[in-house]
Amino acid sequence: MTTSPTDTGVATTTAPAISLRGVSKVFSTSSGPVHALDDITLDIEPGSFVSLIGPSGCGKSTLLRVIGDLIDPSEGVVEVHGRSAAAARKARDYGMVFQQAGLMDWRTVRRNIELPLQVQGVGRDERRAKARQMLKLVKLEQFEHHRPRQLSGGMQQRVAIARALSFQPRVLLMDEPLGALDEMTREHMQRELLGIYQATGTTVVFVTHSVSEATFLSTDVIVMSPRPGRIAEHLKIDLPAYRNDETRISEQYFAEEAKVRASLHSVLDESRRAA
Amino acid sequence: MSTTTLSGRRIPASAEPVSAPPRGRRGWPRPAALQYLAISVGLIVAAAALWEGYKLLGAATGGKIPFTDLPLPIASSDLAMPHLWTIIGALGAPASSATSESLLSYLLGETSVTLREAAYGLLLGSGLGVLLAIGLRELPMVSRGVMPWLVVSQTIPLVALAPIIVIWVGGLGLPSWVAVTIISAYLSFFPVTVNTLRGLNSADPIHLELMRSLNASRLQTLTTVRIPSAIPSLFSGLRLAAIASVIGAIVGELSAGTGLGIGRAILSAAYFYSTGPEKLFAAVLVASLAGVVFVQIIAIAESLVLRRRTQ
Repeated sequence: MTTSPTDTGVATTTAPAISLRGVSKVFSTSSGPVHALDDITLDIEPGSFVSLIGPSGCGKSTLLRVIGDLIDPSEGVVEVHGRSAAAARKARDYGMVFQQAGLMDWRTVRRNIELPLQVQGVGRDERRAKARQMLKLVKLEQFEHHRPRQLSGGMQQRVAIARALSFQPRVLLMDEPLGALDEMTREHMQRELLGIYQATGTTVVFVTHSVSEATFLSTDVIVMSPRPGRIAEHLKIDLPAYRNDETRISEQYFAEEAKVRASLHSVLDESRRAA
Repeated sequence: MSTTTLSGRRIPASAEPVSAPPRGRRGWPRPAALQYLAISVGLIVAAAALWEGYKLLGAATGGKIPFTDLPLPIASSDLAMPHLWTIIGALGAPASSATSESLLSYLLGETSVTLREAAYGLLLGSGLGVLLAIGLRELPMVSRGVMPWLVVSQTIPLVALAPIIVIWVGGLGLPSWVAVTIISAYLSFFPVTVNTLRGLNSADPIHLELMRSLNASRLQTLTTVRIPSAIPSLFSGLRLAAIASVIGAIVGELSAGTGLGIGRAILSAAYFYSTGPEKLFAAVLVASLAGVVFVQIIAIAESLVLRRRTQ
């Protein structure tokens, strides 16, 4: 917690946490092959918060799943901390959070958070202690023994984040984790997420539809274009590492948001022209 | 070093727990339960009214369909359709001239024998059914080849199969209730297998992706995701299996020379039908109650197991 992981604009010499080289993905469907990703080359620095943004069908979720080794790329190489994505998954480098919290109804909140530790064979007492620590981090201590259905959508998503962080993965992969929440809860969760990110220093890859969300949270925004999914632009967000509600109404923030929005709009215009 | 985001800000109102309020808190039976009771009673009264109404109609027309010369499809005489009060009355009367035990007490005693056989059969059948479902789930290639044979096993008429099982089990020197239990299990495993298999395959894709991202083994995925996901379907299967196990036990008793059980009681009541038709109806009534009891036991177990999930 002593150093900020987000030194935007400062050239780093460290090896990338995640490195993609010429990654393509073709899905074969009944109506012919679909090029979900085309020649994606990207380096993600350790400790950065990278948002993938773009219109539907730009392959941002596919890209996230390729990084997480949930989908095999058709071509290209994915390296995570110098290993293949499969090796990284097997080394339990990834914490995953999805749009739906995906909690298990048959487990209490705490036992949901313990799940990854249980899979890794961590003993009961240690599991319990870590889960309690995580509940504290997401400020749900008093809901330890509740069932997921007794919690609101925002609280469920915080449990899902706690579950993903419980085993201190080096990479957090998030697929529109706040997409299903209302505006108020969403902004609250963005602040919470930033706090957790700053506290843990985890590398985050974050899929979103929201320009303001991407700008507020990220060190890097990857704007993607659809059919086939390509990287249109890699934007560095020039905001201080430490951000709060004041940041949201600062001139600098508006400038950065406008930058992201302009890039996204040019992608949209282009894809409309192509259609 | 602390941030506002970690400063213990109040959770917004929208993040309050949203669980549904529990019903029936005032100590009164829940409206749904009352409605259920009313419908059940209503159906019994309607069935009784139909039965007696049909007999009245037959008496009024002399056993003919009104305004025709055609006989009623089922004779309405007291021999073919005893009055309900005769049937109920027979339950209170001695079971036979040789004993002072009431028919009801005798039939309940026989039913308890059948229910025990059915319970063993259900346990055995559902245990095998669950294991089979897990095997079919984990070996999908085998599943495709085995499934048709499971269907075939259920289309073999039970009346043809039951004597064979009785002979085989008898040949091993085992008591006849073992044969009845096996027949009961044979009939009850199938719904458990089919429903459990569907449940195992219906696990939430997000849970499966999560397990994959955690590099969970197949066994871990099975025990922590697939089996818990299959519990509601398992209970659907168990309800059907509970009915099947009672039918299996009754049919098994007819084939096996157990001399005991409600199946035997039905058979002997049918044998002496002409001298006391109400006894057969009384036996069938008690047998069907046995099935209801079984299904209710499963339903109670289900609500106990699943209660905490849906709170």
